[in-house]
Amino acid sequence: MKKKLMAVLLSTAMVFSMVACGGSDNSDAETTTDSTATTQETTEETTASSDVKIGLVTDVGGVNDGSFNQSAWEGLQRANEDLGIEVNYLESKTDSDYTPNIEQFMDEEYDLIICVGYMLADATRTAAEANPDQKFAIIDDASCSDLDNVSCLMFKQEQASYLVGYVAGLTTESNKVGFVLGMENETMNQFGYGFCAGVKDANADAEILQANANSFADSATGKSNANTMITNGADVIFHAAGATGLGVIEACQEAGIKAIGVDSDQSSIAPDTIITSAMKRVDNAVYDAAKSIVEGSYTAGVITYDLSMGGVDIAPTTDLLSEETIAAVNEVKEKILSGEITVPSNKDEFEAAYGDIYTLDK
Amino acid sequence: MDVIITNLGLLINATLIATPPLLFAGLGSCFSERSGVVNIGIEGMMTIGAFIGAVAGLYTGNGWIAFLCGGLAGAVLGIIHAIVCISFHADQTIAGTAINFLGTGLALFLCKALFDNSSDTPALDPASKLPKIFEGVFKTGSFGSNVLNVYGVAYLVFVLAFVCWFVFYKTKFGAHLRAVGEHPEACESIGIDVYKVRYTCVILSGFMAGLGGAFVTLATINQFRPNVIVGQGFIAIAAVIFGKFTPHGTTWACLLFGLCTGIKTLASMSNTVSPNLISMIPYVVTIIALILFVGRANAPAANGKPFVKAR
Repeated sequence: MKKKLMAVLLSTAMVFSMVACGGSDNSDAETTTDSTATTQETTEETTASSDVKIGLVTDVGGVNDGSFNQSAWEGLQRANEDLGIEVNYLESKTDSDYTPNIEQFMDEEYDLIICVGYMLADATRTAAEANPDQKFAIIDDASCSDLDNVSCLMFKQEQASYLVGYVAGLTTESNKVGFVLGMENETMNQFGYGFCAGVKDANADAEILQANANSFADSATGKSNANTMITNGADVIFHAAGATGLGVIEACQEAGIKAIGVDSDQSSIAPDTIITSAMKRVDNAVYDAAKSIVEGSYTAGVITYDLSMGGVDIAPTTDLLSEETIAAVNEVKEKILSGEITVPSNKDEFEAAYGDIYTLDK
Repeated sequence: MDVIITNLGLLINATLIATPPLLFAGLGSCFSERSGVVNIGIEGMMTIGAFIGAVAGLYTGNGWIAFLCGGLAGAVLGIIHAIVCISFHADQTIAGTAINFLGTGLALFLCKALFDNSSDTPALDPASKLPKIFEGVFKTGSFGSNVLNVYGVAYLVFVLAFVCWFVFYKTKFGAHLRAVGEHPEACESIGIDVYKVRYTCVILSGFMAGLGGAFVTLATINQFRPNVIVGQGFIAIAAVIFGKFTPHGTTWACLLFGLCTGIKTLASMSNTVSPNLISMIPYVVTIIALILFVGRANAPAANGKPFVKAR
């Protein structure tokens, strides 16, 4: 009797956890197949886009990271709704999952495999070299640009960071602003270059306090980093640090100073604290990549999403900004679009224009 | 001098942010382990506590009630773990692993079900979080503000640590729970209800892990996300082993981990040392402390062994 009870109990637990794990494999995926089936029936002659299958391989963040993996999956879901294509994703729990996940999509004959993040660069290169007929796209990495079946989706995050830096420079009263970085690498440093450049151009006297939390998931460290900056006088802090940044925002809220969000419009987390956000529209890039497959216009090589293409932008929420600030930022935005201002995107460009004031890079 | 005082304030502040979740979970884990039930499901219990805490905060608008709800959610998982391990004599490590999947999975599943398929809960209003003591008394950024104007619970947890120590060594129940973890057969022979003691301890451990999780979403930050707990449950287990399965040892171990986070934060501001080296600090300190000062960790003799009642 007891054994039976235990069997029932354990299997209930198992079912629950399976449901829970599969929770993200949500109804959208199911409706996909349904809607595909119907579209197939109605538009059979036109070799409809419903035959197209696109797969997304996440990095270790998973599709619920509240950051760019999630954004990528949202873009693909939008493509599924608009274009009627079949979409699916595989989450990588560890670095060793990248290759098997890519292979699984290849075995199932997906038309395009989108790899999210520079961490998948090696796995993508290996797979792309071995399977020249399989189309790939990778986000935030240009190292595969020499292959003619990999499309590298790059972002000019320094442009969005420049704009929020400009806001920070205009907003600060103590002439001290803070920047908390999640991890030091080429892509992430571009947030720092753009931010520092924006701050300095708006307010040459401003000092930029900087810290590298070295983690995207440690909100306690993020909070302590921000508290340190606040103690040292900062009154606006920008984070590019994923969930670590939640701690940064919370510290700012508690101290009553201003924070600047990243990746998406984070205003809802702390409406009285977050004055603006540097948005990186990974969803738009993924959507475009999906569309290119449907339309047959897929191209390999580097595709850079910048301000003009809506790939990066400053958040639409401007409730906490003064009229003058909004006007000034819009003016600067026009100047970037017209090419009058070039935002530095690497160490050499940055140091040539502003000196070695960004200390987090090597 | 001012610089030293400021930095000391920051160090204490960072410690008071990083330590409480670990200490809540660690103290709870002491109960479970000492009564002879291995509980590696702490991570899952913390995650469900963090989620339910955030949700209760949203609906009740009262930080204390929400905090308690987080604890109760952890206790529910504790009950499941207790039934499986104690009544059904299942392998405790496997059951704990299942609890980890269940806790994190269930939190995400419920979050998506409740909040329109979103994996993070809406942000909490500052008023529905746990209260801070001395709010507005000190100037922002001053020593007093950094040390004293913190969440009341961050100090309360040290009181709880003392209470745990008292229960362990000064009460009858404490003596029973320690004995049950060493030699359950002997305890049964003198009339101690082994199952009852173990049930109490495992559920307590779930409750306290839930509190630890709720601290993260109700004090450290203001919303739940699937990655807010990541790894803290396992660090708490490490602290318990490091602290030789005693409440006071665990407290020191958790404080050490918390202090290292503080050192890490201060060191990361100067940017002179590689951030990767700085991130190693807590782990290097642990290894050194283990080698030099702690010696052998003495796990309770009956820990992890299912106990079958004599017929």
